[in-house]
Amino acid sequence: MGMALLGGGLIGLAAAGLLVLTGKTAGVSGIVEGVLRGERGEWSWKVAFLAGLVAGGLVLAWRLPTALAAGPPRAWPWVIAGGVLVGFGARLGGGCTSGHGVCGIGRGSLRGLVGTTVFIATGALTVWLLRRLA
Amino acid sequence: MKVAIAFASGLLFAVGLGVSGMLQPARIIGFLDFAGAWDPTLLGVMCGAIPVYFVAWSLRRGRACRWGASVPARANHALDGRLFLGAGLFGVGWGLAGVCPGPAVTNAAAPATFTLSVLAAILVGVALSALVPARAK
Repeated sequence: MGMALLGGGLIGLAAAGLLVLTGKTAGVSGIVEGVLRGERGEWSWKVAFLAGLVAGGLVLAWRLPTALAAGPPRAWPWVIAGGVLVGFGARLGGGCTSGHGVCGIGRGSLRGLVGTTVFIATGALTVWLLRRLA
Repeated sequence: MKVAIAFASGLLFAVGLGVSGMLQPARIIGFLDFAGAWDPTLLGVMCGAIPVYFVAWSLRRGRACRWGASVPARANHALDGRLFLGAGLFGVGWGLAGVCPGPAVTNAAAPATFTLSVLAAILVGVALSALVPARAK
Protein backbone atom coordinates (compact mmCIF):
# COMPACT_ATOMS: atom_id res chain seq x y z
CA MET A 1 0.00 0.00 0.00
CA GLY A 2 3.02 2.29 0.51
CA MET A 3 3.78 2.34 -3.20
CA ALA A 4 0.13 3.08 -3.97
CA LEU A 5 0.18 6.13 -1.70
CA LEU A 6 3.56 7.25 -3.04
CA GLY A 7 2.47 6.83 -6.67
CA GLY A 8 -0.80 8.58 -5.91
CA GLY A 9 1.11 11.42 -4.27
CA LEU A 10 3.21 11.85 -7.43
CA ILE A 11 0.05 11.87 -9.56
CA GLY A 12 -1.51 14.47 -7.26
CA LEU A 13 1.66 16.57 -7.38
CA ALA A 14 1.79 16.37 -11.19
CA ALA A 15 -1.84 17.44 -11.54
CA ALA A 16 -1.54 20.12 -8.83
CA GLY A 17 1.59 21.58 -10.44
CA LEU A 18 -0.19 21.91 -13.78
CA LEU A 19 -3.18 23.53 -12.03
CA VAL A 20 -1.23 26.03 -9.94
CA LEU A 21 1.30 27.05 -12.60
CA THR A 22 -0.91 27.09 -15.71
CA GLY A 23 -4.54 26.91 -14.49
CA LYS A 24 -5.09 23.78 -16.58
CA THR A 25 -6.76 20.50 -15.58
CA ALA A 26 -4.79 17.27 -15.95
CA GLY A 27 -7.74 15.31 -17.35
CA VAL A 28 -6.19 12.88 -19.79
CA SER A 29 -9.29 12.13 -21.90
CA GLY A 30 -9.94 15.84 -22.44
CA ILE A 31 -6.29 16.36 -23.35
CA VAL A 32 -6.42 13.47 -25.86
CA GLU A 33 -9.62 14.90 -27.35
CA GLY A 34 -8.12 18.39 -27.71
CA VAL A 35 -5.06 16.95 -29.46
CA LEU A 36 -7.17 14.85 -31.87
CA ARG A 37 -9.37 17.85 -32.67
CA GLY A 38 -6.44 20.21 -33.18
CA GLU A 39 -7.88 22.55 -30.52
CA ARG A 40 -6.65 26.08 -31.17
CA GLY A 41 -4.64 27.75 -28.41
CA GLU A 42 -4.56 24.59 -26.27
CA TRP A 43 -2.93 22.18 -28.67
CA SER A 44 0.74 22.66 -27.80
CA TRP A 45 0.51 22.17 -24.03
CA LYS A 46 -1.80 19.21 -24.53
CA VAL A 47 0.64 17.54 -26.93
CA ALA A 48 3.45 18.27 -24.45
CA PHE A 49 1.50 16.61 -21.61
CA LEU A 50 0.91 13.46 -23.67
CA ALA A 51 4.58 13.46 -24.74
CA GLY A 52 5.43 13.69 -21.03
CA LEU A 53 3.29 10.63 -20.31
CA VAL A 54 5.13 8.66 -23.02
CA ALA A 55 8.49 9.97 -21.75
CA GLY A 56 7.51 8.79 -18.26
CA GLY A 57 6.64 5.42 -19.80
CA LEU A 58 10.12 5.31 -21.35
CA VAL A 59 11.72 6.10 -17.96
CA LEU A 60 9.70 3.23 -16.47
CA ALA A 61 10.71 0.89 -19.32
CA TRP A 62 14.32 1.74 -18.48
CA ARG A 63 14.23 1.68 -14.65
CA LEU A 64 11.12 -0.35 -13.74
CA PRO A 65 10.07 -2.40 -16.78
CA THR A 66 7.72 -4.62 -14.75
CA ALA A 67 5.49 -1.54 -14.20
CA LEU A 68 4.34 -1.52 -17.82
CA ALA A 69 1.43 -3.64 -19.04
CA ALA A 70 2.46 -7.06 -20.26
CA GLY A 71 -0.55 -8.32 -22.19
CA PRO A 72 -4.34 -8.20 -22.53
CA PRO A 73 -6.34 -9.06 -19.40
CA ARG A 74 -9.13 -10.70 -21.41
CA ALA A 75 -9.98 -12.02 -24.88
CA TRP A 76 -9.38 -9.49 -27.67
CA PRO A 77 -13.00 -8.62 -28.51
CA TRP A 78 -13.58 -7.55 -24.88
CA VAL A 79 -10.39 -5.50 -24.82
CA ILE A 80 -11.14 -3.65 -28.07
CA ALA A 81 -14.80 -3.03 -27.21
CA GLY A 82 -13.65 -1.88 -23.76
CA GLY A 83 -11.18 0.60 -25.23
CA VAL A 84 -13.80 2.12 -27.53
CA LEU A 85 -16.26 2.47 -24.61
CA VAL A 86 -13.55 4.04 -22.42
CA GLY A 87 -12.79 6.70 -25.04
CA PHE A 88 -16.42 7.35 -25.98
CA GLY A 89 -17.78 7.31 -22.43
CA ALA A 90 -15.03 9.53 -21.06
CA ARG A 91 -15.80 12.27 -23.58
CA LEU A 92 -19.57 11.95 -23.32
CA GLY A 93 -19.33 12.16 -19.53
CA GLY A 94 -16.68 14.89 -19.66
CA GLY A 95 -13.93 13.05 -17.79
CA CYS A 96 -12.07 9.88 -16.91
CA THR A 97 -10.24 8.64 -13.83
CA SER A 98 -7.89 11.64 -13.80
CA GLY A 99 -10.41 14.37 -14.65
CA HIS A 100 -13.40 13.23 -12.57
CA GLY A 101 -11.43 11.19 -10.03
CA VAL A 102 -8.30 13.11 -9.08
CA CYS A 103 -8.96 16.66 -10.33
CA GLY A 104 -12.74 16.62 -9.84
CA ILE A 105 -12.95 15.10 -6.37
CA GLY A 106 -9.75 16.98 -5.50
CA ARG A 107 -11.61 20.28 -5.87
CA GLY A 108 -14.76 19.10 -4.14
CA SER A 109 -16.72 18.81 -7.38
CA LEU A 110 -20.06 17.03 -7.07
CA ARG A 111 -19.86 16.23 -10.80
CA GLY A 112 -16.48 14.54 -10.31
CA LEU A 113 -17.67 12.57 -7.28
CA VAL A 114 -20.85 11.36 -9.00
CA GLY A 115 -19.00 10.52 -12.25
CA THR A 116 -16.39 8.53 -10.33
CA THR A 117 -19.04 6.69 -8.29
CA VAL A 118 -20.97 5.80 -11.46
CA PHE A 119 -17.97 4.46 -13.36
CA ILE A 120 -16.74 2.40 -10.42
CA ALA A 121 -20.26 0.96 -10.05
CA THR A 122 -20.69 0.02 -13.72
CA GLY A 123 -17.10 -1.25 -13.85
CA ALA A 124 -17.70 -3.49 -10.86
CA LEU A 125 -20.94 -4.75 -12.39
CA THR A 126 -19.11 -5.54 -15.64
CA VAL A 127 -16.36 -7.48 -13.85
CA TRP A 128 -18.97 -9.40 -11.86
CA LEU A 129 -21.08 -10.22 -14.96
CA LEU A 130 -18.07 -11.40 -16.95
CA ARG A 131 -17.11 -13.78 -14.18
CA ARG A 132 -20.65 -15.15 -14.07
CA LEU A 133 -20.45 -15.72 -17.85
CA ALA A 134 -17.06 -17.44 -17.68
CA MET B 1 7.32 27.59 -20.38
CA LYS B 2 3.74 26.33 -20.28
CA VAL B 3 4.70 23.57 -22.68
CA ALA B 4 7.67 22.57 -20.49
CA ILE B 5 5.45 22.50 -17.37
CA ALA B 6 2.88 20.33 -19.18
CA PHE B 7 5.62 17.93 -20.29
CA ALA B 8 7.03 17.67 -16.75
CA SER B 9 3.54 17.18 -15.34
CA GLY B 10 2.85 14.36 -17.81
CA LEU B 11 6.18 12.72 -17.00
CA LEU B 12 5.61 12.83 -13.24
CA PHE B 13 2.03 11.63 -13.71
CA ALA B 14 3.24 8.61 -15.72
CA VAL B 15 5.90 7.70 -13.13
CA GLY B 16 3.21 7.90 -10.43
CA LEU B 17 0.99 5.55 -12.44
CA GLY B 18 3.91 3.16 -12.91
CA VAL B 19 5.22 2.93 -9.34
CA SER B 20 1.70 2.43 -7.98
CA GLY B 21 0.91 -0.44 -10.37
CA MET B 22 -1.85 1.42 -12.22
CA LEU B 23 -0.44 0.52 -15.64
CA GLN B 24 -1.40 -3.13 -15.02
CA PRO B 25 -4.93 -3.97 -16.24
CA ALA B 26 -5.07 -6.80 -13.67
CA ARG B 27 -4.84 -4.22 -10.83
CA ILE B 28 -7.76 -2.20 -12.22
CA ILE B 29 -9.92 -5.27 -12.75
CA GLY B 30 -8.90 -6.49 -9.28
CA PHE B 31 -10.06 -3.18 -7.76
CA LEU B 32 -13.42 -3.49 -9.52
CA ASP B 33 -13.79 -7.10 -8.35
CA PHE B 34 -15.58 -6.34 -5.08
CA ALA B 35 -17.19 -9.81 -5.02
CA GLY B 36 -13.84 -11.57 -5.49
CA ALA B 37 -10.26 -11.05 -4.30
CA TRP B 38 -10.58 -7.26 -4.00
CA ASP B 39 -7.37 -5.32 -4.74
CA PRO B 40 -7.37 -2.00 -2.79
CA THR B 41 -4.39 -0.50 -4.66
CA LEU B 42 -6.43 2.00 -6.72
CA LEU B 43 -8.10 3.27 -3.56
CA GLY B 44 -4.62 3.82 -2.06
CA VAL B 45 -3.59 5.78 -5.17
CA MET B 46 -6.66 8.00 -4.88
CA CYS B 47 -5.95 8.53 -1.17
CA GLY B 48 -2.44 9.66 -2.12
CA ALA B 49 -3.44 11.89 -5.04
CA ILE B 50 -6.64 13.64 -3.97
CA PRO B 51 -5.40 15.30 -0.72
CA VAL B 52 -2.32 16.72 -2.51
CA TYR B 53 -4.52 18.15 -5.26
CA PHE B 54 -7.07 19.43 -2.74
CA VAL B 55 -4.43 21.41 -0.81
CA ALA B 56 -3.11 23.02 -4.02
CA TRP B 57 -6.62 23.87 -5.19
CA SER B 58 -7.68 25.28 -1.82
CA LEU B 59 -4.63 27.52 -1.57
CA ARG B 60 -4.69 28.83 -5.14
CA ARG B 61 -8.32 28.80 -6.36
CA GLY B 62 -9.26 31.96 -8.21
CA ARG B 63 -5.64 33.17 -8.17
CA ALA B 64 -3.65 34.22 -11.23
CA CYS B 65 -1.13 31.78 -12.67
CA ARG B 66 2.44 32.62 -13.58
CA TRP B 67 2.10 30.76 -16.91
CA GLY B 68 -1.62 30.82 -17.63
CA ALA B 69 -4.84 32.73 -17.00
CA SER B 70 -5.91 31.67 -13.51
CA VAL B 71 -6.85 28.70 -11.36
CA PRO B 72 -10.62 28.16 -11.74
CA ALA B 73 -12.44 29.75 -8.80
CA ARG B 74 -15.31 27.27 -8.70
CA ALA B 75 -15.70 23.54 -9.11
CA ASN B 76 -18.26 22.10 -11.53
CA HIS B 77 -21.22 20.63 -9.65
CA ALA B 78 -23.56 20.16 -12.64
CA LEU B 79 -25.27 16.77 -12.93
CA ASP B 80 -26.89 15.80 -16.23
CA GLY B 81 -27.84 12.80 -18.32
CA ARG B 82 -24.66 13.04 -20.31
CA LEU B 83 -22.56 12.57 -17.15
CA PHE B 84 -24.48 9.47 -16.04
CA LEU B 85 -24.52 7.83 -19.48
CA GLY B 86 -20.91 8.71 -20.30
CA ALA B 87 -19.48 7.67 -16.93
CA GLY B 88 -21.63 4.52 -17.04
CA LEU B 89 -20.25 3.49 -20.45
CA PHE B 90 -16.72 4.44 -19.38
CA GLY B 91 -17.01 2.11 -16.38
CA VAL B 92 -18.17 -0.80 -18.56
CA GLY B 93 -15.17 -0.29 -20.85
CA TRP B 94 -12.83 0.08 -17.84
CA GLY B 95 -14.05 -3.25 -16.45
CA LEU B 96 -13.59 -4.92 -19.86
CA ALA B 97 -10.15 -3.59 -20.84
CA GLY B 98 -8.67 -2.66 -17.44
CA VAL B 99 -7.20 0.49 -18.97
CA CYS B 100 -8.16 4.18 -18.86
CA PRO B 101 -6.70 6.99 -21.01
CA GLY B 102 -3.66 7.95 -18.86
CA PRO B 103 -2.28 4.42 -18.56
CA ALA B 104 -3.13 3.72 -22.23
CA VAL B 105 -0.92 6.61 -23.43
CA THR B 106 1.85 5.76 -20.93
CA ASN B 107 1.88 2.05 -21.85
CA ALA B 108 2.37 3.00 -25.50
CA ALA B 109 6.00 3.73 -24.54
CA ALA B 110 6.42 -0.05 -24.66
CA PRO B 111 4.85 -0.79 -28.05
CA ALA B 112 3.16 -4.20 -28.17
CA THR B 113 0.02 -5.54 -29.79
CA PHE B 114 -1.98 -5.04 -26.60
CA THR B 115 -0.77 -1.54 -25.68
CA LEU B 116 -1.12 -0.14 -29.20
CA SER B 117 -4.47 -1.73 -29.99
CA VAL B 118 -6.13 -0.64 -26.75
CA LEU B 119 -4.82 2.92 -27.26
CA ALA B 120 -6.12 2.88 -30.85
CA ALA B 121 -9.52 1.66 -29.60
CA ILE B 122 -9.67 4.51 -27.06
CA LEU B 123 -8.80 7.05 -29.77
CA VAL B 124 -11.59 5.64 -31.96
CA GLY B 125 -14.00 6.01 -29.03
CA VAL B 126 -12.94 9.63 -28.43
CA ALA B 127 -13.34 10.39 -32.15
CA LEU B 128 -16.80 8.76 -32.19
CA SER B 129 -17.91 10.97 -29.29
CA ALA B 130 -17.55 13.96 -31.61
CA LEU B 131 -20.46 12.56 -33.63
CA VAL B 132 -22.86 13.04 -30.70
CA PRO B 133 -24.75 16.26 -31.50
CA ALA B 134 -23.75 19.14 -29.22
CA ARG B 135 -27.42 19.59 -28.29
CA ALA B 136 -27.49 16.06 -26.85
CA LYS B 137 -24.31 16.68 -24.89
